[in-house]
Amino acid sequence: MGNSAIEIAGLRVVRGGVPVIPSLDLTVPVGQVVGLLGPSGSGKTTLIRAIVGAQIVEGGTVTVLGLPAGSAALRRRIGYVTQSPSVYGDLTVTENLRYAAAILGMDAAAIRHALTDVDLLGHAGQSIGTLSGGERARVSLAIALLGRPDVLVLDEPTVGLDPVLRRDLWELFHRLSRSGVSLLVSSHVMDEAARCDRLVLLRGGAVLADGPLADLLARTGTTDPEEAFLALVDQAAARDASGPAGVAARDGAGTGAGT
Amino acid sequence: MSGEASAALSAPAVRDVPSRVMTVGLTAATARRVLTQLRHDKRTIALVVLLPCVLIGLIAWMFNGTPVLDQFGPLLVGLFPMIVMFLVTSVATLRERTSGTLERLMTLPIGRGDVVVGYALAFAVLASVQALVIVGFAVGVCGMDVAGPIGLVVLVAVLDAVLGCALGLGASALAKTEFQAVQLMPLVLFPQLITCGLLMPRDEMPTLLEWISRVLPLTYALDAMQQLAAGGTWTDVRGDVAVIAGFIVGALVVGAATLRRRTP
Ligand SMILES: Nc1ncnc2c1ncn2[C@@H]1O[C@H](COP(=O)(O)OP(=O)(O)O)[C@@H](O)[C@H]1O
Ligand SMILES: [Mg+2]
Repeated sequence: MGNSAIEIAGLRVVRGGVPVIPSLDLTVPVGQVVGLLGPSGSGKTTLIRAIVGAQIVEGGTVTVLGLPAGSAALRRRIGYVTQSPSVYGDLTVTENLRYAAAILGMDAAAIRHALTDVDLLGHAGQSIGTLSGGERARVSLAIALLGRPDVLVLDEPTVGLDPVLRRDLWELFHRLSRSGVSLLVSSHVMDEAARCDRLVLLRGGAVLADGPLADLLARTGTTDPEEAFLALVDQAAARDASGPAGVAARDGAGTGAGT
Repeated sequence: MSGEASAALSAPAVRDVPSRVMTVGLTAATARRVLTQLRHDKRTIALVVLLPCVLIGLIAWMFNGTPVLDQFGPLLVGLFPMIVMFLVTSVATLRERTSGTLERLMTLPIGRGDVVVGYALAFAVLASVQALVIVGFAVGVCGMDVAGPIGLVVLVAVLDAVLGCALGLGASALAKTEFQAVQLMPLVLFPQLITCGLLMPRDEMPTLLEWISRVLPLTYALDAMQQLAAGGTWTDVRGDVAVIAGFIVGALVVGAATLRRRTP
């Protein structure tokens, strides 16, 4: 309990009549950068929405910092970055942060600090409408950083950024994790795996594998995350075909999780 | 793993804090944010303030030399701001949904009332400007003659415009999805337009429609304006004014109570 930031047991989410997440168990440890990797449509956003309490769920429990997801007390302690930047296009960068700062009870120094973290201090007075997509995404990230949250849940925060910025942001994520923040960062780009302390591979709303990259590579006998993902998909398919039930297949895939 | 999770449920390490529906500071912060957005959006301001004037101007021109403007002008001065503000508010809150800003906002320590009432306050400022301009234009430029006190015409016009905001906010909070929010717009507007007494005097309507009209706020808005056009005073319209104010508060309470933190 004490060393996990997020605990999910038997989570079930139905969207548009489809069980998008049939039944999911997951533990995210404290103070690590955990990558939530999976192809588009694998359920990353749905899972993240369940963690921040924005998703209507059908069953199971999601516990964040010891409290049920969506609890009022968590609203100061979780930073959430939505997949598309959630910023007001007709406000300036600073005006956007000022509103969030008012809600979180932060001051102007905190706004400057957050803008410095995402390297946008030079754009403070600029209207969101005139920013590039990557800059907008970083404003959205700055808002999530503003309240100095204990848990950061970021939905594809590095998509569309240039390589230098991406490297800088990953460095920021690790700096935050060293200071005790727990991060869950989703991506559909497999080569971001190397930057995470721990990986959760998602496919079809189920956890395909969960563990450090080195373990996954060793277990699958592969040399890069994409190959490992493919090998795991093949293994799961083979087990589904031969095994008696999906439950057995899931248990099999879960043995490497080492939780 | 699941054992740990259920242990967490039975003995939470941290206690949850009560969630406040509304606080003065955060409602004001929301109002300030929406007003800043409006200030940057000159086109919406122009649309909101000028469109009703253009419509009134066209009608005055069309019926030049007849008593139509004096008869129906006050009704339109009550109606146009309400419709325009309803649409503007609905679109603004719809944008808040589609942009994802509402989703994140609902994960932050802000009350649902802070969002709904903050929006209402900001739009009420715009609505008041609009109502003042349109009454001024109808009376000063188009020569509309109102038998009742002009101050009351302004008051009712402002209330009607704020009613439009409140209905827009209430309806969009009630909607579960963006799609429902769009569907609710005509659903809120058209029954009121048909039964409010503009198309046909309410006492000539089929009983059922007349009954429906009694539970819809626009009926009272137009009745107040009709009374004022015919020379009515405060005693004639205070009942209507109270009902309109009640609907404004009611729509905002419904909005604050139904805005969802979780969506499908
Ligand atoms: N609002 C919705 N209604 C119905 N189905 C949805 C909705 N949103 C997402 N889905 C479906 O849920 C699945 C997972 O989506 P999502 O969580 O967005 O995946 P990812 O973020 O990994 O791309 C997809 O098959 C998608 O089509
Ligand atoms: Mg997604």
